[in-house]
Amino acid sequence: MRNRILKTALPLLLLVAGATCVLAEGSEADFKAAYAAAEAANKEAGSLRNQWTTTAATLATAKKSADAGEFDKATASAKEAEALAKASIFQATSEKERWKDMEIR
Amino acid sequence: MASTIRVRATASGETTEVQALIQHPMDSGFVKDAKGEIIPPHFIQQLTFEYDGKPVFSADWGGGVSKDPYVKFAFKGGKKGDDLKVSWVDNKGATDTTTAKIQ
Amino acid sequence: MRLRSAIKLASTALTLAALTLTAQPAGAADTVDPVADAKAFKKFFTDKFPKVKLDDFVNGPYSMNEDMHRQWEEKEQFPPYEFSLEMGKEMFSKPFKNGKSYEDCFPNKGIGIRQNYPYFDEKEGKVITLELALNRCRETNGEPPFSYVRDEMAALTAYMAFTSRGKPFDIKIPNDPRALEAYQKGKEYFYTRRGQLNFSCATCHVQSPGERIRAEVLAPALGILNAMPIYRSEWSGMGTTSRRFTTCNSQIRGVPLTPQDDEYRNVEYYLSYVSNGLPISGPGARP
Repeated sequence: MRNRILKTALPLLLLVAGATCVLAEGSEADFKAAYAAAEAANKEAGSLRNQWTTTAATLATAKKSADAGEFDKATASAKEAEALAKASIFQATSEKERWKDMEIR
Repeated sequence: MASTIRVRATASGETTEVQALIQHPMDSGFVKDAKGEIIPPHFIQQLTFEYDGKPVFSADWGGGVSKDPYVKFAFKGGKKGDDLKVSWVDNKGATDTTTAKIQ
Repeated sequence: MRLRSAIKLASTALTLAALTLTAQPAGAADTVDPVADAKAFKKFFTDKFPKVKLDDFVNGPYSMNEDMHRQWEEKEQFPPYEFSLEMGKEMFSKPFKNGKSYEDCFPNKGIGIRQNYPYFDEKEGKVITLELALNRCRETNGEPPFSYVRDEMAALTAYMAFTSRGKPFDIKIPNDPRALEAYQKGKEYFYTRRGQLNFSCATCHVQSPGERIRAEVLAPALGILNAMPIYRSEWSGMGTTSRRFTTCNSQIRGVPLTPQDDEYRNVEYYLSYVSNGLPISGPGARP
């Protein structure tokens, strides 16, 4: 009796385990892509000499979540970090001309 | 080694005005260093100013007083040329004392 | 369907084009004129604060607020930078391991020269600040460099500033396009907004001197470097110009550059030049 239950339960368990594995792996791949994009944007901001402290902090949060296996959270943080980095790039680029608005003449 | 106490006392009429600057880290014991470890408490607990053998100002301090404390007060009495003795004791048992002439 | 998306695309393109066109400044070709800049700079602040004497601008927030001024006058009788100043004096006269000392690196043995820094080094093609010169002196003589932001560097610059007290800032811009470029870059840095909070140096020190940012009264940009280095109550200790630049960056959520990076050297050059004529008041004390 027990053997039969195990026999049916086992493949089900494996199936479920396999499914969750696939889900987790998908999240990790998403995270890695998002983190790479965020890092690349932050690096560009660095070459423009205008990185934000909050970008670095958000990247760190993303990494921490990823290390704990919380890939959905990690991906969300990585995407936020990318947005922050991109904003800092926009700031540096637009300020190249806009600074003159503030100048005492 | 130079004294940790700078003091200036000026007699004017019936009162003497005293200012002092004391060099001391005054660590409260609540602050962490760059490595995340607590900087142990190290602060002046007693500060005394004596004139004519009697205390004219004494303070019992805790960790809430900032680094390199500055004190200003006035007391009745004191004549130009007289001595004013200043001394402190901290929580580690260290002390320093100096005597200044009232100007 | 396709027509609608085509219209949408066209209108977006038009909007973008319009934005970029209007974003262009209406100024003519700008020639760098530091003399005119400095004049306008001083006029801006003296107009804004007619009751403050020109020389008093070097006292930063204390010239902006009566009550603070009184407290500061008292404090000056027993200033908190005294210990650092004494240490600086001792350090300055102590020879290096090779027998030489700081005196050998500077004109007039390093006494009474602070008002000439920063200067433009035509051989190197860059701005040299006092802090940079001090560390170069050390390294030339086989000594390890100090951190630019505190302690020993602050003590040394405190002593050198003290020997120049009262002397007017005398920054020179040689007739060299690279010097003018450094000056202009410094000016650009000063007015450029940065960090997540989108502040420029000018946001606080040109737009809002005398007003408060949280609990602090803001100093005017005119004369702002004259009191350096400073004992800052906020730091419970001494800090140099490098310290102020880096902490200011992080306060507006911008990652600070490395002390003595080109941008910092250039902005120090600009700020010092536009304060020419105002007296050195360092070392100073600030809230």
